[in-house]
Order: sequence, then structure tokens, then C-alpha cells
Amino acid sequence: MNRIVFLLLCAGLAATGVAHAVGVGEAAPALALATAGGEPVALDKLRGQVVYVDFWASWCGPCKRSFPWMNELAQRYGASGLAVVAVNVDKKREDADRFLAATPAQFTVVYDAAGTTPAAWAVKGMPSSYLVDRSGRVVMVEQGFRDEQKAGLESRIRELLAAR
Amino acid sequence: MRRRLSLPIVLFACGLAGCAAFAPPQPWEKGTLARPDMQIDRPPLEAKATQHIYTSKEGAGGGYGVGGGGCGCN
Repeated sequence: MNRIVFLLLCAGLAATGVAHAVGVGEAAPALALATAGGEPVALDKLRGQVVYVDFWASWCGPCKRSFPWMNELAQRYGASGLAVVAVNVDKKREDADRFLAATPAQFTVVYDAAGTTPAAWAVKGMPSSYLVDRSGRVVMVEQGFRDEQKAGLESRIRELLAAR
Repeated sequence: MRRRLSLPIVLFACGLAGCAAFAPPQPWEKGTLARPDMQIDRPPLEAKATQHIYTSKEGAGGGYGVGGGGCGCN
């Protein structure tokens, strides 16, 4: 009887386990999604480029503020090998479309309504962004979007782009 | 005797396992919680006015906790 109780307790505890969060220095988990036009975007296809992966949603205020900055990034460093990939996690596509109509994005936007990608990356808050180097390693993890983060991120991106 | 004592424990363990099936929403699933009509506190301007009235009329203020959206980003 005690053994059954013990097993049940173990099963209960095991089920509460959480996914392992992606940390600095680790290989970036898989990301294979499609744009609104149906064009596939895969992180392993972008190997050799510095990738700024951002998870956003239409209902997230800081996400809205991050868009102009990501536009700037894509514009400034796109030619030198930076890819900005923004993963939308809205359940309803209309919400994302309305957001994008008001806040245009000049970078790659892919959609994951099912939430499998943020689950694989164990996203801890919205927005979350990950800087992935040319070899596919996560170099920087940021949660939220604050103006103070901009300078550090940008200098890190410049460093990564300079390191061939 | 031993058997009678164990049954409630087994039921408790089953119940506990049931709790494990309930997972709180993940950060990317908080779209509904982030809606303005899902907020516990009033709209910011109204809340500020209310708090101001409390402070000035009753000499009381604070203790309202942390407000903000459901996205865990504030």
C-alpha cells in the first residue's frame, strides 16, 4: 500500500516538472515556422548569420515598443548578416494582423499559434528575445523590452557580426 | 487498522496527482488574461484618482499590490 502511495506522489511531482529554459552558451532549440505568405523559415537554414529571435504577442505592450527598434536593427545590420526573426504567439491570427497594421514590421515575422516553439525555448516572459551567433549558439537572452537594454544588445550584435 | 489509515492517504495522493494536471498558463498563453476587462484593478487613471481620494480623505494609501498586465513583463 505504501508503495502505491509513494508512486502516486512521484507521478504527481513528475507531472509538475517544467521545460528547461534556454541559457547562454547553449545551442538554440529548433525553430521552423512559416511567414504570413507561407514561406518557411528555419533557424538551422540561417546558420552562418547572426539571428535575433524575438517572441511577441499583440496583447503585450513592450512588444509594441520593441518593433521600431527591431526595424532599425534589420535596416542597419541586415546587409551585414543579421536576421531578425519575430515569432508571433497570438492564438488568433486577426489579432496579430491588426497589430502589424498599426506597427509595421520590416523584418521576418513567423506565426506559432500552437505555441510549440515558445514551449521548446521555454520562454519565461513576453517579449523574450534571444541572440543567436553564426554557429547557432545562444549568446544573449533578454526578457521584456526596456530602453536600457538597447545599447548593450546592439553592441553585442555588432561584436557578433564582426567575428567572422 | 493499517488499511483504514491508508485509504485517505491514497485519496489524497490521487488528488495531488490531479493538481499536477492543472498547469498555470504559460507566458505566451496569457492573451486573454492581458485583456483590459480581465484586470483586477481599475483603469490606471481611475485607480490613481481613487487612491488619491483615499490618501487625502482617510490618510490611507498603498497596499494595493502590483498592478499590470498578464504578460509578466511589467
